[in-house]
Amino acid sequence: MLDISGIKRLQFDVLVIGAGGAGLSAAISASQEEGIRVGLVCKSLLGKAHTVMAEGGMAAALGNVDNRDDWKIHFRDTMRGGKMLNNWKMAEIHAKNAPERVRELEHWGAVFDRTKEGLINQRNFGGHRYPRLAHVGDRTGLEMIRTLQDHGIHQGIDIHMECTALDVLKDSSGKVSGIVCMYRETGEFIIFETKSLIFATGGAGKSWEVTSNSWEYTGDGYGMAYEAGAELIDMEFNQFHPTGMVWPPSVKGILVTEGVRGEGGILKNSEGKRFMFDYIPEKFANETADTEEEAARWLKGDKSARRPPELLTRDVVARAINTEVKAGRGSLHGGAYLDIASQRSADDIKRKLPSMYHQFKVLAELDITKEPMEVGPTCHYFMGGIKVDAETSMTTVEGLFACGEAAGGMHGANRLGGNSLSDLLVFGNISGVQAARYSKKLKSMPKSNDDDIIKIIQGATSILNREKGNNPYLIHEDLQKNMQYNVGIIRTRKEIEDGIEKIDNLKSQFKDVKAAGTSQFNPGWHEALALRNLLISSEAVAKSALLREESRGAHTREDFPSERKEWLEYNIINRKGKKGEMETVKVKRSQPDPELKRIADSSIEDLEKEVKLDHQK
Amino acid sequence: MAERDFKIYRGDDERGELVSYKCEVSEGMVVLDAIHRIQADQANDLACRWNCKAGKCGSCSVEINGKPRLACMTRMNELDEDKAVVITPLKSFPVIKDIVTDVSWNYEQNQKIKPFSPSKKDTEKGFVMMQKDVDRVQHFRKCIECYLCQNMCHVIRDNEGKDKFAGPRFMTRLASLEMHPMDRADRIEEIKDVHGSGMCNITRCCTEVCPEEIQITDDAIIPLKERVVDRFYDPVMMLFRKLFGKKKETTN
Repeated sequence: MLDISGIKRLQFDVLVIGAGGAGLSAAISASQEEGIRVGLVCKSLLGKAHTVMAEGGMAAALGNVDNRDDWKIHFRDTMRGGKMLNNWKMAEIHAKNAPERVRELEHWGAVFDRTKEGLINQRNFGGHRYPRLAHVGDRTGLEMIRTLQDHGIHQGIDIHMECTALDVLKDSSGKVSGIVCMYRETGEFIIFETKSLIFATGGAGKSWEVTSNSWEYTGDGYGMAYEAGAELIDMEFNQFHPTGMVWPPSVKGILVTEGVRGEGGILKNSEGKRFMFDYIPEKFANETADTEEEAARWLKGDKSARRPPELLTRDVVARAINTEVKAGRGSLHGGAYLDIASQRSADDIKRKLPSMYHQFKVLAELDITKEPMEVGPTCHYFMGGIKVDAETSMTTVEGLFACGEAAGGMHGANRLGGNSLSDLLVFGNISGVQAARYSKKLKSMPKSNDDDIIKIIQGATSILNREKGNNPYLIHEDLQKNMQYNVGIIRTRKEIEDGIEKIDNLKSQFKDVKAAGTSQFNPGWHEALALRNLLISSEAVAKSALLREESRGAHTREDFPSERKEWLEYNIINRKGKKGEMETVKVKRSQPDPELKRIADSSIEDLEKEVKLDHQK
Repeated sequence: MAERDFKIYRGDDERGELVSYKCEVSEGMVVLDAIHRIQADQANDLACRWNCKAGKCGSCSVEINGKPRLACMTRMNELDEDKAVVITPLKSFPVIKDIVTDVSWNYEQNQKIKPFSPSKKDTEKGFVMMQKDVDRVQHFRKCIECYLCQNMCHVIRDNEGKDKFAGPRFMTRLASLEMHPMDRADRIEEIKDVHGSGMCNITRCCTEVCPEEIQITDDAIIPLKERVVDRFYDPVMMLFRKLFGKKKETTN
């Protein structure tokens, strides 16, 4: 029997896992509650989480650039972008709270770009009716994470960097009681005893080969929550961002901000045709320019002109590029041409999109002020995630909360660009407050079971102790190829079934995974530990994708090419069954609040009139 | 595809050696890609830090052929093909393992900085600040905390300086706070006594290695030094120091 008496234990009221925008927000808001001890655990160094890569901005109906904006319009845009599958309440809370959170961030030190009047400037983005994204050039995520970091370190939060969470502990009644973690630097284990846990662990974009995500995105929150008995929702909705780099091969997938299109960038195929005019969905035809002339007027600020089709939602643009490439009209290296050089002056480009300029200059030896970029779809974001209560962010496990990309529901079948950073702030804040309140109500620390702790630690060390076994990197590469080809941007029954079979096969290879070397800062071991969560996430994606026999938002089934009304009634849930197998079931959605439904279903003209009256009051 | 030679530091702070590896390099590859390939095929336990792979997070700072660089932004085709690529950890910080160093000292410096303290005079719509008044602050805030400047600063590189100087990164952060139009805190005395602005003797090594091209010395450190001088030294001294400082620059 493993002796665990020597392993360090620390006690918290609220422990946050993940230190991107959501995790830092959650930790900060929990720390404001009286007498609450807050801990924060992150896999990387503080300030390096993937939020840093967010470029375009955070959506909030501040109305600084176009005063017709309002939470109601933001809410309607979000629902339509999500193909009405969003959790109604979450979309409402998000749209209502985003402006306050953005202003709060400014008070904590974020320095946004300004309007002529000196207010926070806002830019256009796909699916947003008005210029709505508060931004800092094309490095908004960096601004956000640095602001939260520099504010957060003065709030009495106990921060544990380069520390990997392994699994959740629960007491005999099923409540959260703690979590076992491992310091990457030393390989030492630590037991955090806590009354509540917040997962702000991001998504699982590392399941695909072409991805904008870093190594951290291995679905740790999904895997751990699933093992702890929580439900995963909407896992079939994986956003492929339309514009990732496609050349050279080593940078394939790295994000090219939607801000390029927001600033006027246009998409062309190999024949030089501006092809997005051919892909305008009926639902958006009324609100989209149908000639280049109108699109050009819009770019100049003509409020009567409609938006260019390049700014349709991400699912639409990604599929359009995919179709063009498949039809043989792709760019030299199999993408589309994204041209800003012909639309904006070199100075404008360098000022508005400095990191894009730098990124292409260094990594692709290409000057975007002179030549078009080559871009193609890249796996970017999980709309789905751990199922949470809209108002408390609590999962189906008592004491376990989730926010940010780790949580599902808010974005429905497709997320609008810019709605992620605001989501991190809004629901990070809510989960922090709610977890603190939950913890206050508990009189004593729930008690963990030593046998559970031993099992978790032995599971981790067996990977190192095995005589020989499978290379974790190669299993991961196989999984990425499998997801790319079988559960990618366009899906069919046959391919998804092949994908699931392959995942089963990889699961058995994983049982004999072996990491060479010691426990001290050993990336092979870390890779192996992450594999379990990647495999759970991928299985949930594939099984949900198989069940949803329609195409909606980011989930495209070639064998069921259109939206089917009956499927709007259902979410797909994944949970661990009694025998340890994954259960994938469709669950009826609850009825929306009639007022919210009315707003989402309103025509834009009617809603704009209504908002005008609201603002006059 | 071409096979290239690599020599990578393997070991810890006390002992270690350069280990040779060979790796196939294809068009467009950066040094970090090669490290990953070696890690996956030949050395699973080779420790390295990275995140964004696009020069935005500042995790993969190492020394490549003796120069502090971001491994993700250093293309293989800029390095001499006939020589092995030598990858070593940052020299100014203790090695944890292989090319990963302990940068916690930097986090301690940041903790000592008095945080942003805005005025209460803001409007309902948030701060009113003109773009031209925040341009410089935004320039400082481009910093990705890669610590290449900290690594290069000879005050920090000569270990004993670590007690006396917060380093260029945190001078930049202090400047971003001091020049924020809405900040009302007074940090001048700490800039002199705690953060050690006087330790910098303007050799500009930090500015040269900054991947974000922040004008650390000219835009951040010198103005902070001037503010300290204005506060703590009489006008005659101030004039003398200004002249002395300028003279030194030209002779350099």
